[in-house]
Amino acid sequence: MKWNLHRPLGALFGLVVMGSTTAGASETYPIDTGTTAWMLTSTAFVLLMVPGLAMFYGGLVRTKNVLGTMLHSFAAMAIIGVLWVVCGYAMCFGATRGWIGWDNSFFLLSGIDHGPNAYYQIEVNGATKYIPHLVFAMFQGKFAIITPALIAGAFAERVRFRGYCIFIALWSLLVYNPLAHWVWGGGFLTGKAIDFAGGTVIHISAGVAGLVTALYLGKRRGYPLATMTPNNLVMTLMGAGLLWVGWFGFNAGSSVSSGLLTAQALTVTQTAAAAGALTWMVLEALLHKKATSLGLVSGILAGLVVITPAAGDVMPGGAIVLGILASIICYGAINLKSKLGYDDSLDVLGIHGVAGIVGAVGLTFFLRSVPDHGFGLQLWYQIEGVLVSMTYAAIGTLILCVLVEKVFGFRLKKEDEMAGMDHSLHSEHGYGLLNLN
Amino acid sequence: MKLVTAIIQPDKLDEVRESLIEAEIYRITVSRCTGRGRAEETDLYRGQEIAPALVSKIRLDIACNDDFVEIAIQAILKAAKHDSGQIGDGKIFVTPLEQCIRIRTEERGNDAI
Repeated sequence: MKWNLHRPLGALFGLVVMGSTTAGASETYPIDTGTTAWMLTSTAFVLLMVPGLAMFYGGLVRTKNVLGTMLHSFAAMAIIGVLWVVCGYAMCFGATRGWIGWDNSFFLLSGIDHGPNAYYQIEVNGATKYIPHLVFAMFQGKFAIITPALIAGAFAERVRFRGYCIFIALWSLLVYNPLAHWVWGGGFLTGKAIDFAGGTVIHISAGVAGLVTALYLGKRRGYPLATMTPNNLVMTLMGAGLLWVGWFGFNAGSSVSSGLLTAQALTVTQTAAAAGALTWMVLEALLHKKATSLGLVSGILAGLVVITPAAGDVMPGGAIVLGILASIICYGAINLKSKLGYDDSLDVLGIHGVAGIVGAVGLTFFLRSVPDHGFGLQLWYQIEGVLVSMTYAAIGTLILCVLVEKVFGFRLKKEDEMAGMDHSLHSEHGYGLLNLN
Repeated sequence: MKLVTAIIQPDKLDEVRESLIEAEIYRITVSRCTGRGRAEETDLYRGQEIAPALVSKIRLDIACNDDFVEIAIQAILKAAKHDSGQIGDGKIFVTPLEQCIRIRTEERGNDAI
């Protein structure tokens, strides 16, 4: 998302009277139908990633927690889906600058529903065109939904539902929205760090938040001695497939265009994901003499995450190298986690955090064209973006963890954890009478 | 030789296993089963409370020599209760075991257990 926020020209110069006829509006604000169609599709694609994530995470936990874990993703659709419309978009993309942005007319999206502000300016081959502002706002909203849902993997199987809901609502308002504003919405990192589709804002912040919550809440009972076998890797594989498909909307949609840049982003997304998957497969084949399905899909995710910040700015060769690097480094990070013994249950830091950092910093070495201010300064901008994101996410998450745990209760009670979240928190069962694990 | 069969609550499986391992009883068979004792359990389905006629339980089967029967029983009792005992905590059945054969070596009786 390398755009600057252009306010529609009509709003600036008062060219159009509110309530003008549709025909009048279409002349003043020519809609680029190609971009609009692709952005609508991308918006749906990115939403599809959330059930994809639910399946990915849901398959990895034990039978007794499958519904509770999938609900973490679905609850994000419910909670952030409302918060974004109410104030999230205004906080991220409002015109005033600072800790957050703000724009009264973005409150409840009322000002961009109709009238001159309903058109969002883009540039198509040098000509000024427009897409409906609501499409842009809704597309951005999907990113806000998936980010807190990613964190849930770090504290899987051991949090209360109420505490989780309050945590992600506050995290979205106080951590995600400011970060998105700083990097994309015109804040102090805009125009410095390259973060095409959310390596810094989404994956690094979620990864660090995952580590902090996992450390604060402590291990699952029995970890690491007891086996925590995935209840359904078939579902995890299907989820990974949905994530890969959805990621085309995530990255190629972030071009906010329907042209060459879109195709470039789509190409490197496909390439890096495949390179990551292949690398992980080969690594396991060499080290364990067997490739595993979970290993392969972990490689897909590592590749997809690493290319996210870089998708608009590197060429396919660079995407292959980044995909390979991501898988190797993530593989090492997950092994290191086992040695250190903290319980980042589904490796949010190990995959999203680590691959996000590799992508955000590594992309500098493979840029299609080095910016005028030079390679060294750009490398510093990238590192600065990573450090700001890590520091802010870590501090913000820690404060929220303490607050939610003390006031509402975050960690699940021991007996409820033993019985499983599905039964104790939701009075449901994911499956009928399948085998235990 | 006796066959100790315990029907316990699903959430107590980990603790019962740990307790058995502490008592040096490692070889067990675990299965998910359903049944009906005095306990009732309700699920929610779109806001309606539904009471399944059969309740999910865990069944442990432990074949052991006579010396170990009381040890196994005590280990299960220690770990399977909720607080100081609640309806639904389960039952233990002890039945005589006529023969036990290890397939690999064809050993029989006490040695095979």
